[in-house]
Amino acid sequence: MTDRSDTVPELARPTPPAPSGGGGRPRAARRIPDHRGDRRPGGRNRRPFLARLRRDWQLLLMTLPAVGLLAVFHYTPTLGNIIAFQEYNPWDGLVGSPWVGFAQFERLFTDARFWSAAGNTLLIAAVQLVFFFPVPIALAILLDSVLSPRLRLVLQSIVYMPHFFSWVLVVTLFQQILGGAGLLSQLLRQNGYEALDVMTNPDAFLFVVTSQLVWKDAGWGTIIFLAALAAINQNLYESAAVDGAGRWRRMWHITLPGLRPVIVLLLILKLGDILNVGFEQFYLQRDAYGANVSEVLDTFVYHQALVTGNYSAGAVAGLVKGLVGLVLILVANKMAHVMGENGIYRRA
Amino acid sequence: MSTLFSDRPVWAERPSLPARAAKNTALAAIAAVIVFPLYVVVLTSLSPASAVNEAGGLVMVPRGISFRAYADLFSGGVVTRSVLVSLGVTAVGTAVSLVATILAAYGLSQPGSLWHRPLLFTVLLTFLFAPGMIPLYLLVSNVGLIDSYWSLILPTAVNAFNLVVMRAFFMNLPGEIADSARVDGASEWTILTRLVLPMSKGVTAVIGLFYAVGYWNAFFNAILYINDNAKWPLQLVLRQYVQQGQQLSSNSVIGDAVQGTASAPNLAIQMAIVVVALVPVTVVYPLVQKHFTKGVIIGAVKG
Repeated sequence: MTDRSDTVPELARPTPPAPSGGGGRPRAARRIPDHRGDRRPGGRNRRPFLARLRRDWQLLLMTLPAVGLLAVFHYTPTLGNIIAFQEYNPWDGLVGSPWVGFAQFERLFTDARFWSAAGNTLLIAAVQLVFFFPVPIALAILLDSVLSPRLRLVLQSIVYMPHFFSWVLVVTLFQQILGGAGLLSQLLRQNGYEALDVMTNPDAFLFVVTSQLVWKDAGWGTIIFLAALAAINQNLYESAAVDGAGRWRRMWHITLPGLRPVIVLLLILKLGDILNVGFEQFYLQRDAYGANVSEVLDTFVYHQALVTGNYSAGAVAGLVKGLVGLVLILVANKMAHVMGENGIYRRA
Repeated sequence: MSTLFSDRPVWAERPSLPARAAKNTALAAIAAVIVFPLYVVVLTSLSPASAVNEAGGLVMVPRGISFRAYADLFSGGVVTRSVLVSLGVTAVGTAVSLVATILAAYGLSQPGSLWHRPLLFTVLLTFLFAPGMIPLYLLVSNVGLIDSYWSLILPTAVNAFNLVVMRAFFMNLPGEIADSARVDGASEWTILTRLVLPMSKGVTAVIGLFYAVGYWNAFFNAILYINDNAKWPLQLVLRQYVQQGQQLSSNSVIGDAVQGTASAPNLAIQMAIVVVALVPVTVVYPLVQKHFTKGVIIGAVKG
């Protein structure tokens, strides 16, 4: 009992330390089957089902609300994708609506607007990859070089903050500063120049939406890189410095290799997520920039189904996007495993 | 200077003056790009009409202070109602989400318990695909949740990522304590509430923050599921009266019937709406920040 406090890990400690001697059992003890281990997978002396149920029913009951919510609001609607094979109308419902086989798919694949939305999505994803992805890395290295812990905390608080703002808020702020009636135009006009409205000019669209993403999420993105930087062995820097390696040399030969696994992993995961460029951001600015440049797959789905009222057309676009996304995730994860990384899941 | 840079390791050379100047300028510029728009918005919301007129728009230099815009907002109009809606949805939603997430995370954290593998699998599988907006919309509509506040809560109540993070944290807690409590005849509920949760305040705070921010910021769910203007959460009001009020483009989905009932669209009032949407997030998040930097994230990366 005396060393109980030692066994309680503080959140700050990544791995709880082993209890130090005394009455505490070695930490490995909890891996030894003393409570539930007799039913390890593959274990031979499995208890009968009823005995397991009698002991674990409370745990099962606890998982029920969450699993139930996922069953109702994730798995059930997933089955609802069968309306992609129907000419769904709300009056006849799922059962009464006529089946049309793959007709919706054919219609989708011959729809120029769908291909335009798919092209926009890929273009935006590519621009994000080139102009957003490196920013958190650079910012993390910059923040990491701030030696005063206090100043660092203040800077971190500031750069993390926009991540917690809604897209409505971010778009509104950009409008207020850069829009036709915003601060920049106001200053330009007052000084005799012409107002500049990048918030409705389709040519500026990619620049503006990427800037918004950088403004909102680049700071938040530094967290994982800062953690990786903190994990780099400081002795490496010291010995390199002693051997005469300068600042940039150390960054090239120690810092960047230290970040490499995280960078590779995040790049791969980004590949699996490439069709999800964000939704609200584009929905909010679709009217201002026009569908030509700003329609992405998600907004296409929305407008097909809920503005036009053609539910099956929306569902089929969403289903195609989901299936391609699933394949991309599986491929990305495979790549992560091949490269020796963990990926998002791993066969145990 | 000496206090600011006292932590420099002995082997590291002092950067040259231009290098230091460049770095500090970069850091100051980054902070300014984030803080400046917020400053202008807050200042304009607090400025009297004369200052707004004088500036010809947003106010950068303080000239007098006035709480008129806030008094107007909270005099019981559209904004007051939407703030109450958002606060209610955020409070109830966060409670529902946290309870469901904590219970399931604990229920799945005990090694070798009955069916924990298939149950965990059903949670993890949700990472791989989304159900799709339209089928989800039809489901919510078929179970009669359109125009119900529950439509803003239940579909997003359980986030599989949060659940997995929490479960990982519970699994890292020393198992001996729970085991000895079990030997003493404690129920799982007692173990969770008396032993596990008191050790998990930080992670609970972080996950709670993530959920709360999600509910407060929720926009698209409301666009989909809430047709009744009287039930709009704050983000929809923000969009209608500030973003679209400026853009002057009407969206075909939202009728602008309500537009006329609001007080005259005036820049200070608009900026006050922005501030109202902004403040809860900026106030709550620094309280939790130390937990997510030190704990969950680094723990997850290294663990």
